[in-house]
Amino acid sequence: MDVFGFFLDPANWQGPDGIPVRLVEHLALSLAAVLAATAVGLPIGLFIGHTGRFANLAINTSNIGRAVPSFALMVALLPIALDLAPVLGYPPALGLSFLPIFLAMTLLAIPPILVNAYAGLRSVDRDLLEAGRGQGLRERQILRDLELPLASNIIVGGFRTATLQVIATATIGAILSGGGLGRYIIDGVSRNQPDRLFAGAVLVTTLALVVDGLLALAQRRLTPRALRGPAVGRGGSLPAGGEAAA
Amino acid sequence: MADQPAHRAAVVEFEHVTKRYDAPVKRRGGTSTKTPGAVNDLSLKVPAGKICVLVGPSGCGKTTSLKMVNRIIEPTSGRILIDGVDAATRDITELRRSIGYVIQQVGLFPHQTIADNVATVPRLLGWNADRLRARADELLALVGLEPGTYRDRFPSQLSGGERQRVGVARALAADPPIMLMDEPFGAVDPIVRDRLQNEFLRLQEELAKTILFVTHDIDEAIKMGDLVAVLQVGGVLAQFGTPAEILSNPASEFVARFVGDDRGLKRLALDRVGDLELVQVPLARPGDDAADARRRAHADPFRYLLLVDDANRPLGWVDEEDIPASGTLDEALANPVSPIVNRRTTLKDALSMMLDADVQAAIVVDRTGACQGVMTVDRVARLMREGEHGRMYGVFGDED
Repeated sequence: MDVFGFFLDPANWQGPDGIPVRLVEHLALSLAAVLAATAVGLPIGLFIGHTGRFANLAINTSNIGRAVPSFALMVALLPIALDLAPVLGYPPALGLSFLPIFLAMTLLAIPPILVNAYAGLRSVDRDLLEAGRGQGLRERQILRDLELPLASNIIVGGFRTATLQVIATATIGAILSGGGLGRYIIDGVSRNQPDRLFAGAVLVTTLALVVDGLLALAQRRLTPRALRGPAVGRGGSLPAGGEAAA
Repeated sequence: MADQPAHRAAVVEFEHVTKRYDAPVKRRGGTSTKTPGAVNDLSLKVPAGKICVLVGPSGCGKTTSLKMVNRIIEPTSGRILIDGVDAATRDITELRRSIGYVIQQVGLFPHQTIADNVATVPRLLGWNADRLRARADELLALVGLEPGTYRDRFPSQLSGGERQRVGVARALAADPPIMLMDEPFGAVDPIVRDRLQNEFLRLQEELAKTILFVTHDIDEAIKMGDLVAVLQVGGVLAQFGTPAEILSNPASEFVARFVGDDRGLKRLALDRVGDLELVQVPLARPGDDAADARRRAHADPFRYLLLVDDANRPLGWVDEEDIPASGTLDEALANPVSPIVNRRTTLKDALSMMLDADVQAAIVVDRTGACQGVMTVDRVARLMREGEHGRMYGVFGDED
């Protein structure tokens, strides 16, 4: 087995089955699913987190997407996606490959985004919010100026979880004649080419680690300076003399 | 206050205000299990520029009453009038921005600098950056925090006492006519609390805001309040009056118990030497005729002369026995051991000084140090007795 050989072969860097194309497919599919899940999960999570209403209903409903195995979900969605093709007017090929995978991944990505948005907002100190309201911040300003910055760490944490799950699940999606890096693994097995299989595994793992690293960086950047890690601002210690200085 | 005309303070009036909780409530968007105390037909009027302390045990509705002013809690019935206007008819955001709000937990925004925290309301009001910065610096200085040191820090870098000061500065930022303070000094140790109280009282002398102040501590209520409203469980107003009134004439068993058995002693911290009728003693100057002085000392029940200088500043007591039969008085005869107090000294401090010096009298001087008379333990006791017999303070009569 020669995994390095696979990467060194120029043929594997070109054409529709080349690494760049598969990588872009994988990323595009994952990005689409995370964006769709964000569009659904984030507003709901922020609403239930800010108001405290309908929280159990929303969280339990969203967890269905987590409870059903994603491959089973794709298979179950396959006939629906095919049947809907003539009704909604998209090509049946899309119903066969992209749509079931995309929908399953979206359903999988919604719970962490929704639950973390909720949990993040609930974690903000109630006294702080009352102080804000008491000074005349409007609800919109409470959300924008207090809840979002203070919960940003937890909210972005939800994106990290969702993104990693989506990148992993996109690999399985290759079974349904989808694209992405999973193709190397599926094809490696079916063509009995272990090089291809392991190269696929290495590529998916590397992608997951790199994306997670970038998101971790973004998470830190989005967390307000004063709340980052143990070192608070400059120094982080009390002024010499403390109360006596006043 | 430099770049904004000082708002005059506003009159706050509770008119038959009732707040009932039928079931354990969930605060909006909250999971707090703490049920606020109910309020039952509360009527009281806080004159402009006065500190009114709401005091009582937990569950007496004092915090609920406070939070109905800025409509964090809405009353079940009744009205709260601010300068005659029903708070319920005002835009809630505009209302809140015109009322300073200080809570025990302070509630500083941890992700914002101290300057940004202080300038919260002015920023909401749309002030420009230069003005915000100038205002934040001005307020930090006002509450005794050096702006250069503190403005760019974050709340987590401050001590509890410093955070409380920032909380007060933030509440004052838009120069509101009313301040609501919910146990504002409750989270700091007694020494810092005492200092913050004193500084706040000094500040209030300048600012003259209308302040509603909640505490469970009767001593703090007596110290801070121009007026004190004692509430009992169920949100019933047990007594409303000046601290002196409440100490000398508790309206009910409940108030008497809440104020404590040592209310006589507490009054000593409230009454000042100026409230006493002073005793006049014979004065003499160095160089006066000794024989004459001796006669005058003998005629006085005190049997002492007070030796003073040309500006009437006390030099010390001269015992009748020590006065020579002839010649003139000499400063060397004067026994300087006697506490010197002024009209602003509390009776508690004056008595403490007298106990320390082991004497029965203290000399009262005016601002120039000139002798005004003498206070005695006997006169203090007489003032206390008058209090027990229903001496009235101010305009607020008791209900029963």
